[in-house]
Amino acid sequence: MLLLRNYWLGLSAALALLVSGGALAQSPLFTPIYEVLTHPRCLNCHTLTDFPRQGDERRRHDQLVMRGEDNHGAPTLQCSACHQEQNVAEDKVPGAPHWGLAPLSMGWEGMGPRELCTVLKDQSKNGGKDLQALLKHMEEDPLVLWGFDPGEGRTLPPVDHTRFVELLEQWVNAGGPC
Amino acid sequence: MFTIRVNGEDHTVDVPEDKPLLWVLREDLKLTGSKYGCGQALCGACTVHVDDQPTRSCVMPISAAEGHNITTVEAIDQQQIGRLVQQAWQELNVPQCGYCQSGQVMAATALLTENRSPSDRDIDEAMSGNICRCGTYARIRKAIHKIADEQL
Repeated sequence: MLLLRNYWLGLSAALALLVSGGALAQSPLFTPIYEVLTHPRCLNCHTLTDFPRQGDERRRHDQLVMRGEDNHGAPTLQCSACHQEQNVAEDKVPGAPHWGLAPLSMGWEGMGPRELCTVLKDQSKNGGKDLQALLKHMEEDPLVLWGFDPGEGRTLPPVDHTRFVELLEQWVNAGGPC
Repeated sequence: MFTIRVNGEDHTVDVPEDKPLLWVLREDLKLTGSKYGCGQALCGACTVHVDDQPTRSCVMPISAAEGHNITTVEAIDQQQIGRLVQQAWQELNVPQCGYCQSGQVMAATALLTENRSPSDRDIDEAMSGNICRCGTYARIRKAIHKIADEQL
């Protein structure tokens, strides 16, 4: 019995240490946002690779499409060679204004919620955006909006855009806890 | 009504705003060098230059083409590099059936204009959107290297 009690005490202490150290602590306000940001509609172009991905299986983009120096493809095979400002060919070819990859510093692949949250808020990585600017980007950017209305045959993030903005506002108003 | 500038000339066409540029070129302007392959920007047969950038005309609505300079294979010999590409294509017998080759010529011209000494990797990255069912890729690569090595 004593052994068991010591075991539980030890476990609790270890858990408390992990939480206070941040390894397991995670803001419930960010969790649903994380679920959206890691959906293929967002993550396929927020990669840590030198190419975009496509599909829910997140396969490497067909046709050896590359990131390129400006995140818009190889010099003479730019994203805009195929991607228009809206979906075309009965939604088979997706499109939105300024279609392209997010910069490498804004890649999120393989990250857990805390790490992604930290990277998301890091102004040295996110293009100098404070919390309000992040909210504005995700509220208004047409490429972000496309992710919530991607057209026939593509799965949607777990919440719609209106709800996503509500969740972001709650997170921003709370100071952006990770 | 849309006015587009093709091969240096303005053309006004009365077509729906979502009509693909390819079909305006082929049906309305009778410029049939650009080919219809897949209709979904997957094969590159329809490649034209829009402001010097290779672009898949089969998915570009005419409304998006307005105000841009469009070059098709019919006028690519007006450019020095385009002329060299066509000559090398003939000398090395690059085409087999030929259906994809106007797109290949447009992609290769843009590549060599941007990069006069492309590596194999540069060629792969620039040309992989242009599919050839006859498998002329080795000759395409050879022709691009020949132009770069001997003429640029």
